[in-house]
Amino acid sequence: MSANDFATLRSSQAIARTQIPGLGFQDFSRNILTAAAAGLRTIAYFGAVEDADSGVVLYAVMADNTQSLLHVGKTRLEAESFPSLAEKCPQVHLFEREIAEQYGVRPESHPWFKPVRFHHSYRQGHDAWGRKQDEHLLAGVIDFYRVEGEEIHEVAVGPVHAGVIEPGHFRFQCHGEQVYHLEISLGYQHRGVERSLVGGPDKRTLHTMETLSGDTSVGHALAYCEAVEALTQCQAPIRAEVIRGVALELERLANHTGDLGALAGDVGFLPTASYCGRLRGDFLNLTALLCGNRFGRSLIRPGGLGFDLSADQIKQCLERLEAAYLDVANASNLLWDASSVQARFEHTGAITQAVANSLGMVGPAARATGMECDARRDFPSGIFRFAQIPVSTWTTGDVFARAYVRWLEIQRSVAFIKEQLQALPDGPIREPVGALKPDQFVVTLVEGWRGEICHVAMTDAQGRFSRYKVVDPSFHNWMGLAMALREQQISDFPLCNKSFNLSYCGHDL
Amino acid sequence: MDTLVHNSVHVVLALTLPPLLLGLIAKTKALFAGRKGPPLLQWYFDLIRLFQKGSVFSQTTTWVFRAGPVVGLVTAAMAILLIPMVNGIAPLSFTGDLIFLAYILGLGRFFTALAALDTGSSFEGMGAAREVTFACLAEPAFILGLMVLAKLSGSLKLATMLDGSLATHWSSSGASLVLVLLSWFIILLAENSRIPFDDPNTHLELTMIHEVMVLDHSGPALGMILYGAALKLFVFAALIVRLALPVNMGDPWLDWPLFIGGTLLVAMLVGVVESVMARLRLTHVPVLLIAACLLSAFGAILLVR
Repeated sequence: MSANDFATLRSSQAIARTQIPGLGFQDFSRNILTAAAAGLRTIAYFGAVEDADSGVVLYAVMADNTQSLLHVGKTRLEAESFPSLAEKCPQVHLFEREIAEQYGVRPESHPWFKPVRFHHSYRQGHDAWGRKQDEHLLAGVIDFYRVEGEEIHEVAVGPVHAGVIEPGHFRFQCHGEQVYHLEISLGYQHRGVERSLVGGPDKRTLHTMETLSGDTSVGHALAYCEAVEALTQCQAPIRAEVIRGVALELERLANHTGDLGALAGDVGFLPTASYCGRLRGDFLNLTALLCGNRFGRSLIRPGGLGFDLSADQIKQCLERLEAAYLDVANASNLLWDASSVQARFEHTGAITQAVANSLGMVGPAARATGMECDARRDFPSGIFRFAQIPVSTWTTGDVFARAYVRWLEIQRSVAFIKEQLQALPDGPIREPVGALKPDQFVVTLVEGWRGEICHVAMTDAQGRFSRYKVVDPSFHNWMGLAMALREQQISDFPLCNKSFNLSYCGHDL
Repeated sequence: MDTLVHNSVHVVLALTLPPLLLGLIAKTKALFAGRKGPPLLQWYFDLIRLFQKGSVFSQTTTWVFRAGPVVGLVTAAMAILLIPMVNGIAPLSFTGDLIFLAYILGLGRFFTALAALDTGSSFEGMGAAREVTFACLAEPAFILGLMVLAKLSGSLKLATMLDGSLATHWSSSGASLVLVLLSWFIILLAENSRIPFDDPNTHLELTMIHEVMVLDHSGPALGMILYGAALKLFVFAALIVRLALPVNMGDPWLDWPLFIGGTLLVAMLVGVVESVMARLRLTHVPVLLIAACLLSAFGAILLVR
């Protein structure tokens, strides 16, 4: 066991905060580095202020996929700075920038030290960049990395996206059509989610979770509800667990189908683009059949579900699923059969497994490089403890692989939903949820359609959230997109971007 | 038919028909995608709307930026006057006008690219670079095709090259003409920024070729560009129709409808191509253009064997 000084727990298992060992920074960082060297992933690394005058405490959560175990440790910072681990362990580089921005502590000799979301620090008067408290911070105003030379030119894209989706700024350093370097600067959508969750849960909390990243409503709501259930020692009924799993897979189906259509649209391949655009709506309507909302809002509630399914609904759901699946199969097979499409997809925006590993990437983008990671298998919760979904991987790591993994997952998800709905257990759909236990710590992991969603909740002595950390899969994967563009044609950027399809607001929180 | 009437029909048709071709392409694509698609006359509505709007000009641009759309439209309109639509008669015709045709189209492109560079935007610079790079390969293919026709007809006048006598050459030198026809169809797709070269529907400026050069134009200026693009499509469609259907029935009531039907058919063919294949990767565009050059070149070689 590599992270031997850290406390060990499972996902969705609450432990007393006193069980988390407080280490000196030396031991703390040694544990992270040895764990990372042994193949563990940093799934959360964040700061917290436990009481006003004792400084910042850093928490790190390392995930051991092979053992389904999590290791957590903490360290109290004595000074206003701490040594950066980013050079030895690139996975933590964005986490360290986030800690610096939120708590005004500086990671020393960080190789890429820039703000993440452009807000003032949570601790008044502390700022890692020495900015004043009354200074108005503008997103995207940083020193961009520059390549210089006779024929180098810089292309700035955004923050307004050409398709008017979400805002983000992209800076390309190009030599003709070739991209030498891409730097991505986000933060335009920062809403202060994590700060607003402190003191909760309250009536708004679930709504906040469902809108963390609008296309992952079910995923984030599920991660939150599992955290609350762990903290209240409530066990959702099995019928609710099954329908939750179905909703999660329906969300995956809708988004993956939409992505395949959008990828086809980006290469100008009309048939699949048009069909998938409609079929995405069909899957969203199936979610609406469950709860009345196309994005699954209000379906998942702490303790179970907000809505039950009637036998008639189940029958209708299965029929419509089958019909939509046949159409998706046709539409996506058009995509794989068209040589002009394959010529565009293959060898475009490839990343190696080594890069994906060192950046700690997750989800279909990581699986497309051959990494076998899937929170549904590695850290199963709910129905996934009983019904496993095979992990879909591909090896090439290019746009084709990311598209094909989506198609593989569509097939697996449909099979899963059919199997589960045909044998839906009877029983209640919701258990009453009590008060949150005080001074607890819990990590929940849910495989959303973009990848692993990680929520970390800590309660205070009154049983309120003293810190709630959300790590959206996009947080891990944006850097992967930047790496995928190296040595590529700049004209392939929209295609690469679409193949990752990351969340801007999930990153900006 | 009286030349004056003929020329009037030519001009009226050349000025009114082109937007319909674009509408037909969109309709064909919609049909393939199982959608209803925009109305056939959508491009007319768009043009009317644009010409009623005001323009916004960036203060960093000069007269070149404003001249771009005007020159683009005028050159395309002049090119149309050179094309014999029926009966081997064109309003503007002189010996050597095939060279004039190639260069008047080149002039239009030159000014469009110059207007794009004038904005100083990195996107538009990229677009201009792409456009002229690909034009370097598209122009030889076009001119080699014209050479084949010149050799067959023994004339350097488009009107004579594309008149009814071409029909007799189809039986003697059909192979050459088929190659030129293929080459010109590829050139039509490339010159009019259609799939597989460019995607006229994309909104992603990083991938565009032609569209990205005109991002900063608005209102009537944009209207002129779109109208000019429609005229240019018509020029190439008309050339292809004349090459493929060089028949003169002597009756204008048959000849004109046949020609119009031919251009509409070309538009539908473009729609079909766009519906069944994806865009080429930008690095592969030159390969297809070189293929077009080779097709035309082989067409010429077959004649001198």
